[in-house]
This record gives sequence, C-alpha cells and structure tokens, in this order.
Amino acid sequence: MTWRWDYARDVLPDLLVAFLQFTLGITLAAGVIAVVLGLVLALGRRSDNAWVSRPTFWLIEFIRSTPIPIQLFFVYFGLASAGIRLSALVTGILVLGVHYACYMAEVYRAGIDAIPKGQWEACTALSLSPQRTWRAVILPQVVRRIVPSAGNQIIALFKETPFLIVVGVGEMVYVAQQFGSATFRFTEPLTIAGLIFLAASYPTSVLMRRLEARLAQ
Amino acid sequence: MLNELLDAAPFFLRGAGTSLLYTATGAVAALVISFIFGLMSMSPSIWVRGTVRVVVEFFRGTSLVIQLLWIFYVLPELGIRFEPLAAATIALGLNFGAYGAEVVRGAVNAVPKAQWEATVSLGLGKVHRMRRIILPQAIPEMIPPFGNLLIQMLKSSSLLFLIAVTELTYQVNQLRTDIGSLPAFITALIVYFVIAQGLIAFMRLWEKRAAAKVGRRPKPVDVTMQGTMAVPSGGAG
Amino acid sequence: MPSDTATKTDAIIRFDDVVKKFGDKTVLAGMNFSVAPGERVTLIGPSGSGKTTILRLLMTLEKITDGVIWVNGKPLTHEEKNGQLVPASEKYSRERARTIGMVFQQFNLFPNMTVIENVIEAPVSVLGKSKDEARQHALDLLDKVGMKDFADGHPTQLSGGQQQRVAIARACAMGPDVLLLDEVTSALDPELVVDVLNVLRDIAETTDITMLIVTHEMHFARDVSHRVMMFDQGLIVEDGTPEKIFNDPDHERTRTFLRAVLEER
Repeated sequence: MTWRWDYARDVLPDLLVAFLQFTLGITLAAGVIAVVLGLVLALGRRSDNAWVSRPTFWLIEFIRSTPIPIQLFFVYFGLASAGIRLSALVTGILVLGVHYACYMAEVYRAGIDAIPKGQWEACTALSLSPQRTWRAVILPQVVRRIVPSAGNQIIALFKETPFLIVVGVGEMVYVAQQFGSATFRFTEPLTIAGLIFLAASYPTSVLMRRLEARLAQ
Repeated sequence: MLNELLDAAPFFLRGAGTSLLYTATGAVAALVISFIFGLMSMSPSIWVRGTVRVVVEFFRGTSLVIQLLWIFYVLPELGIRFEPLAAATIALGLNFGAYGAEVVRGAVNAVPKAQWEATVSLGLGKVHRMRRIILPQAIPEMIPPFGNLLIQMLKSSSLLFLIAVTELTYQVNQLRTDIGSLPAFITALIVYFVIAQGLIAFMRLWEKRAAAKVGRRPKPVDVTMQGTMAVPSGGAG
Repeated sequence: MPSDTATKTDAIIRFDDVVKKFGDKTVLAGMNFSVAPGERVTLIGPSGSGKTTILRLLMTLEKITDGVIWVNGKPLTHEEKNGQLVPASEKYSRERARTIGMVFQQFNLFPNMTVIENVIEAPVSVLGKSKDEARQHALDLLDKVGMKDFADGHPTQLSGGQQQRVAIARACAMGPDVLLLDEVTSALDPELVVDVLNVLRDIAETTDITMLIVTHEMHFARDVSHRVMMFDQGLIVEDGTPEKIFNDPDHERTRTFLRAVLEER
C-alpha cells in the first residue's frame, strides 16, 4: 500500500487542532494539578502525625500501582452510577493530574531529603517559624533541585494523554482513530499522530537532558 | 452483592491471569531488547550507537497507545497481520525495551572503572569480561529500575483491551452490568494493587539476593515513573 | 565537678540535672552548671564527651531527655503552667531561644539568597524589622566582619572563611544575648582560620555577649575565655580559668587531653 498524500493532507489539520487544544491543554491542566497536589501529598507523607502520614502513604501507593484506564473508568462510569457525573475531559484531567501528583510526591520527597540538615538547623538557630523556613529557605532549594525530574514527569504525563481515548476524550489519537474507522484506512492518521507526538516529545526530552547536565555542575 | 461478586470471580481471575500472561511475555521481550539495545548503545562504532539511539528515542518519544494501535491497525494495511498476543508482546517489548536500554547502560556504567581496569590487567577478553565480571555486578543495580518498569508494564496491560485482548480491564467492563459499575471498578483496582504489591515484594527479595552475591546492600524498589528513566543516574531527583 | 559562678537569679544559662539520651546511649547523665551574663566559656574535650550536645540542646536542635535548662531566669525546655513545669511546645521553645544564636561548623548559609539577604532574613521575618532598617544594620555588621563589599554576592562565590564571617554576622543580626560557637573554624583551611578568629576576638572585646565556644583553637580560647570547662563522657572533669586549666590542670584526664591537642600545633 502506498502513502496517500491527499488523505494525509486532509487529516493533518484536525489532528493538529486536537493536539494543540486537547493533548497540550490536558497536559498543562493535569500538570498543574500534579505539581501542586504533589507537594501537598509530599508534605502529608512527611507529617509527624501518623493519622496523616500513613493514609497518605498508602493512598499514593494505591494510585501509583493501579492502571490509569481503570482509574478513568472508575471516575467516569463508577462515580456516575453513584450520582457524580463528570465530563470525559474533566475526568481525564483529574485522573491524570492526581495520578501524576502521586509521582511528583516522590520527586518532591527525594528533593526535600536531599537538602542538607544544616539548612534546617540554621533556620532553628535563627528562630525562623516553620512556615518561613519552608517558604524562604527549603522550598526554593527543593524546586531548583527537582526541575529535571519534574520535567521528566510532565513529559511522561504528556505521553500518557492518549490513554484518555478509553473514555472518549477527543484528543489527537482519538481523532486519528475516528478517521480510521470512518474511512477504513488507519495508516495516514495514526502515522501522522505518531510523528506529531515525536516532534513534540523528542526535542523536549533533549532539552530536559541538557538542563539536567547543566544543573549537575 | 456478595453472591454476584463470587459469580464474577472466575471471570476476574481469568482476566487477571491474561493480564499477567501478557505482562510476562512483554517483560521477557522487553528484557531481551533492553540488553540488546543497551549493550549496542555502548558500542565503539558511532553508526551502531547512532542507530540504536534513533530507535530508542523513537519508541520512547511516542506513546504506547499509538504504538499498540499502529501495530494492530496500520500494519495489516501494509500487509503484516499480528495476533493480539504477538502484537502486544512486540509493542510492550519495544516500548519498555527502549526504556530498559537506558537502565542497562546506566547500570553497566555504574560499575566502578577499577573493575574494568582489573580485567584488562588480567588479560580477560571482551566477552569474558562482560559475562563474568561486569554484568554480574551491573545486574543488582538494574533490578530496582526494572522492577519499576515491570509495574509500569502491568499497568499498561490494561490498555490491551484496545487491541481485543480479553484481559482484566476488558472483563471488568463486561461485568459492570452484573455487579454494578462502582463495585466492579473498585474490585479491579484492588486486584491490580495486590498484584503490583506482590511484584514489588518479589523484586525486593530478588534484589536482596542478587546484591548479596556481589557484596552490596540493596536499594528500595519504588513505583516511580518511566520519565525518570531518561537518565542513567535515574530516580526521582 | 560543677562550679556555680552565679546564683540562680543571676545566671544567664543554667543546666539543672540535664539528661540527654540518644536511643540507648546516654550522652549527658545529670549535667549541672551555670553561666553568668557576659561570661566567655570554652568547652573542651574529646569527641562524644557531650560538649556539642550541650550547645545543641541550648539551641533547641535536640530535645532534652530529662532535667531543665534555664535561660535568662525562665525555663527554655519547659513551660510554667499553674506553677508546674511541663515540657514546652515547639512554639514556646522557639520564642525563648530567640536570644540565643549559633554559628555552625559548616556555616549553613542559605544558597538561594544573597549575602545580605541571608543576614536580614531573620530580623525581618522574626523580629518584624522593616527591610530598610534591617539592611542598614546588616551592612554595619557585614562591615564589622569585613564582608561589606560582598553584600550582594552569593554564598557560593565565597571562600569558607568568608562564608563563616557572614554566618557570624547573620547570627549577630538577631541581637542575641548568648552566642554559641560550634567548632566554627574546624572546617576551614588553616590560612582562613585567623580572619574568623579575629572577628570573634573583636566581638568579645566590643560587646558583652555571653559566648559558649567549642573549639580546638587553644590559643584563641586562652585569649578570649574567662573560663574553660573540660568534658569527658558526659561529665565536667574540670572547670576553671584558662591559666589554671592550660598551665596547671588538677586532673590527669585534662592533662592527657591537652597534651594530645597541643601537640598538633
């Protein structure tokens, strides 16, 4: 079978729009949730109160060890049967966001553990309050350290946005599938979708690796 | 509801079994490909290294979903038809093999340079050096990241219903009508969770044993994500 | 052998039967001593003898196992509730410890702030000073430690000795009554030690801050201290003036220790 350029030209605009609107949009929205919620979870895990730290730990473990498709079904269909109806898009953003928040919690944890003990002690010696200690001294240093790892997480999130097709979110791969089902010809749509993905994720990965190398100095 | 749950149990278990089967075949394929790509990426020839680099970046840069759909829907249009099991094994093997290649490379690089120098001073040949000295020391380093990838693969097996594999996710969807959506999905989540914890425990044990053989203390296996596999120094930060 | 150089109401620091255990290990088994305001005390002894632990307990970096520590006539480690002493909350201890400052062996400057930001951080966020007021005071202090030109520089650009001088300015910016110095020159290249010691000598001469110094720099200790305490295995072996301790110690343990330390010079 030969490549059909006319068909390819037809599908490209829709695929690109779906990519920019949905794939990137979802990555951004879910990414924000992951970064913010991840910190909350990491702090929860560090809590001195066992009633907070243990359940948080197991919650993170549970979400991290179970597949995203099932989590999507659970939120989209399962909660609907209990009366909570969310759109497929919101479901997708929430599930991806929470799932990757659990990964980010680990990234934050490693970053926080890497802060030298002396920094904490200097804050105590200066009588800084816990809030000030975190805001002015610890978190700024943590953020600097974890940028490469966090970036890798966001890239991984980006690559898992196609999972959302299982609940019918109209992102790029879904649109490609629609084209294929309608015309019985999957080659052009899926290949182009793959290439768009590659075009987005490869340079980003290279950038991330370079950033990591520079920060390691 | 307990009755319905018990009635559904055999289907669940069959689905879980299928998930495990596909995870296992995918894992074996990925392991083999990891070593091939990983060792090739350390070749002195720049052509070999470059080619491997391109292939690895390709499979890491595109989504598993796309790869699965491509193998299942596009290849037939080009004349190559794979059974679901073969398609799944190839897709999982190549995707996770690409990530695993980094793990192999990183672990081999982590073996202290002094070991390489010792083999040179003893006049050991390249293959002998790899087989008997370097790889045995590299392997304990590989087990935690491979363990993480294995858990990832287990989770990814959930996608296989997209290519007509009747694994656990497929079964769960079928069973929603019998036992209700919420119970069905919660049960599925618990089953995956239990299997994952079992795999983690197994990996920890294996790593402990392997590390002891080379006189080292084991690192914890921890369910982190493929993104962090991008760099050999690996790990979340 | 404790020596009370001050009565209960006069002492700025008082250890009352202080016990400190780390797990099964007892580092301090009933420590008793007092320090008068403005006194300069050097604590010497082998590692593990408890001298650093005493500093860390005062700075609330470690929690006391038993006993009470008094600072400025009020308890540091306990709160007074209905005439009873109960273990203090973290907030209370933090407030009580405001008058105590510490300089660390590893300097511990904040790498995400400039030099002057390091110095003004606590005065602004803890004491509520305005940024301008704090900056002015900080510049004065940095000038005193010879680091004024580096005010807008970064800790990572400084040598160890320079960082330590900034650390001293940072601790002094809080206006502490007590300054704790934990082996502050031990991590420095020998050439950089002198500058730091001169800064401390200056502080000793121009202020009446109480200073507790853990150090191996015996000449400095002799110059600056009113009092030297020799520790071993969590007990005070000997306590006296520098002349007494360095020239004519009573105890064999002190003698052997000093011989070993002074040999290095």
